[in-house]
Amino acid sequence: MSSLNVKIQDVFDEPACERNRSKDSNARSKGCSKPLTPGAAAGGCAFDGAKIVLQPITDVAHLVHAPLACEGNSWDNRGTASSGPTLWRTSFTTDLTEQDIVMGNSERKLFKAIRQIKEAYQPPAIFVYATCVTALIGDDIEAVCKRAEETCGLPVVPINSPGFVGSKNLGNKLAGEALLDHVIGTVEPDDAGPCDINILGEFNLSGEFWLVRPLLERLGIRVRACIPGDARYLDIASAHRARAAMLVCSTALINLARKMEERWDIPFFEGSFYGITATSEALRQIADLLVKKGADQEILDRTDALIAEEEAIAWKKLQEYRPRLKGKRVLINTGGVKSWSLVHALMEIGMEIVGTSVKKSTVEDKERIRQVLKDDLQMFESMSPRELYAMLSEHKADIMLSGGRTQFIALKAKMPWVDINQERHRPYAAYDGTVELVRQIDLAIHNPVWSQVREPAPWESRPATQEPLPSTRPDTDATSVGRSIRRHDAGDFVEC
Amino acid sequence: MVHIHRQSKSATVNPLKSSQPLGAALAFLGVDGAIPLFHGSQGCTSFALVLCARHFKETIPLQTTAMDELATVLGGAAHLEEAILNLKKRANPRLIGICTTALVETRSEDFARQIANIKMTHAEKLAGTEVVLANTPDFDGALEEGWARAVAAMIQQITLRGQQAPRSRKATLIERITKPSEQPWKQKKVAILPGWHLTVGDIEHLREMVEGFGLRPVIVPDVSGSLDGTVPDRWMPTTYGGTSIEDIQELGRAVQCIAIGEHMRRPAELLQTLTGVPYVLVQSLTGLKNVDQFVSLLSEISCVPAPAKIHRHRSQLQDALLDGHFHFAGKKIAIATEPDQLYQFATFFTGLGAEIISAVTTTGESEIIEKVPAEKVQIGDLGDLEELAGGADLLVTHSHGRQAAERLGIPLLRIGFPIFDRLGSQHKLTVLYRGTRDLIFEAANIIQANQPAPSLEKIDAMRKRRNAG
Repeated sequence: MSSLNVKIQDVFDEPACERNRSKDSNARSKGCSKPLTPGAAAGGCAFDGAKIVLQPITDVAHLVHAPLACEGNSWDNRGTASSGPTLWRTSFTTDLTEQDIVMGNSERKLFKAIRQIKEAYQPPAIFVYATCVTALIGDDIEAVCKRAEETCGLPVVPINSPGFVGSKNLGNKLAGEALLDHVIGTVEPDDAGPCDINILGEFNLSGEFWLVRPLLERLGIRVRACIPGDARYLDIASAHRARAAMLVCSTALINLARKMEERWDIPFFEGSFYGITATSEALRQIADLLVKKGADQEILDRTDALIAEEEAIAWKKLQEYRPRLKGKRVLINTGGVKSWSLVHALMEIGMEIVGTSVKKSTVEDKERIRQVLKDDLQMFESMSPRELYAMLSEHKADIMLSGGRTQFIALKAKMPWVDINQERHRPYAAYDGTVELVRQIDLAIHNPVWSQVREPAPWESRPATQEPLPSTRPDTDATSVGRSIRRHDAGDFVEC
Repeated sequence: MVHIHRQSKSATVNPLKSSQPLGAALAFLGVDGAIPLFHGSQGCTSFALVLCARHFKETIPLQTTAMDELATVLGGAAHLEEAILNLKKRANPRLIGICTTALVETRSEDFARQIANIKMTHAEKLAGTEVVLANTPDFDGALEEGWARAVAAMIQQITLRGQQAPRSRKATLIERITKPSEQPWKQKKVAILPGWHLTVGDIEHLREMVEGFGLRPVIVPDVSGSLDGTVPDRWMPTTYGGTSIEDIQELGRAVQCIAIGEHMRRPAELLQTLTGVPYVLVQSLTGLKNVDQFVSLLSEISCVPAPAKIHRHRSQLQDALLDGHFHFAGKKIAIATEPDQLYQFATFFTGLGAEIISAVTTTGESEIIEKVPAEKVQIGDLGDLEELAGGADLLVTHSHGRQAAERLGIPLLRIGFPIFDRLGSQHKLTVLYRGTRDLIFEAANIIQANQPAPSLEKIDAMRKRRNAG
């Protein structure tokens, strides 16, 4: 575990993170996540975080070394998409039993499992995830992976991020470290070009990166590696030959971006593909970085032309929603870049932001929200389910945008809700994605169910009537049916 | 004789199991005012929570002791204590159901003693809240065992000892005032311990049937009150609805206990030992003959003949069997699920003339496996199902089977847990006359919808069969 502890300390000391820089060394060594409160904690563990980052790599076999729950309760649950291989959706676990643990069989079982997967599936690589139990009993997965790599003749990558070392966010970063240590830079591409970029922290949820990639292609920019969305193992292994990088989800993979800059001189910027302006800004910055790294100047003009064309189309489409959505109040309960990048687009069409959470946002994210909203009160760190429910049921918002975890809080408060997190089924990235998001918001707010579910039953407020029930059978006397039912009801009460 | 094939491979491919603590949590969720608490790292809870929310489409109260590395090494008593006190303060639940996970069970501490200490030290603070422990490590058992262990734990730790006398006249007088429309002092109480595989709709329907005989059913756990998808008018941090703690305390007042599913034998035996309430174990409530037996049992306990409605339901089932059997005869079915549900569905299909060509289940501990009408039962995963199900007409398993169904090109009937890609699974009926009728329709419709058009190849195959014969 000691090498893992060193790694964790290293991850906690992140010079590229502004919030981290502002801490003293003591506070820094405690990491970025707040200590968890037993009985009042929510959110995933470090293993969850590591798997989220790596599992979208589509052609790799992901093997979880654990008793059942770590994989058995969590597989097949995220909406990232693949344009080819489907192996990432197949779940592999050593499913350790009590016997395996007590008899010390687990390392041997892991080794055999790796061999079994290699023989049955021939993947380009196998990623092996450590978990709480296997860390606790002292399984040396790094040694097993090394041995298996020699015997099986394929990369077997240890992902050392057991759940109990910390939060999901820490796991994201440890996954980045594993890629740096074992994958990136292991394969030399033979087709490196001056306009190759990496996109880091893009998950291709519902295939939304496929709304971005064509824009880049029109500019002659090639995505060397999108990590991890729709990635192949070889893309990532040769990602060190890109000229520039865009960091999409900064809280997850900032360490990866910074270290790739240090090791391979790949400059990066933080940006987002959510929202019109954010997308344009991201495209401009990519072009800028490539020019700085020696690409032809003319890419800048082409970028401007593309942005002008795409923005015009998108704004025109959005204007159609303006009359329907103007003045509607939005509560955004997510984190990171989405807390500000969506805000701009929604405000442009006249929507009002009544709140946005900044739980997972960086210092820079918060600054951006401040610029857009001009009112700190609309920013909140995090809200308990009870507060969220109160706010929604008192109609202080017209819609909530959030993730699946808070979905039912909105719905139980009879409040329109749109999923903007990882389990969603629609792509919201770039220009077309933003239009799609606004369309979904419009559909949600104006759905006819709201008036149905919010009205109380008409018979609840009226006193019970003794009127005869209408008969559906023409041959029966309506009054006599009514009377017989009435008698029956009364009889029930007499008996008591 | 069924051959039971144990798992021999090292890597489980596409797990069939959900974990044991998750099963325990589901059982605790069937109690009114409950919060299940996972004793483990926060990921254990997060995964289970997300899975339950995807299945039930509900907010699920589920909490964690948030064990970190240090607490795991040094011992988790402090985390357990803090979690219990925090939950009590925040939500004031009637029940905190603790489910241990593989993490803390590998470290292995005396949790029962720790909880006894916590209860003693904070007796005043914790007044009005039951704290129940179920030992449910993930490295053992699966959903079924977890559920049964939680029910046994509640009986062991909440139910009052000894068979209790019927209530005094004074008590009934109070009840006469408070519950004017019922006559509880005249009703015989029947304890029902359903397995995890009964849906919310099943429990509702079961209750109606038992009440139809003038009996008062006490169902433990009762997910029909808590996970039936309603819209409460205020925010609830705990379950709302389900078995009341008082009902669990007073299980000893029942004249009879009925356990549904082999995995409920242990809780039922425990109840009998503690209170003297005799139990009957019903292995399946699906299929005409099984339901006939159950109805006879209710009639016997209540000394009341079956109401007219039940006659009608039985007749509807007879008709469904007549109309439906064409679609099942000779069909090849591949099932993967927990042991009791495997038995329930395998006997259902063979009862309509179909054949079980592959049966996969989660653990080999249950005795019911021996009775599954199949040549062999594989203890394994959905990878095994996919290998064994070639040539089947219908796959029967939970939503995770969708990948195998897609690859094999075989239609899928979704049953059990989790079902996250279909709505309304909780309200589907699978037991008693009506549930069996509905299942016939659902399965027959899936089979019909996937019936290939007549082809030359098929006709040729028939010709060859005749020549060979």
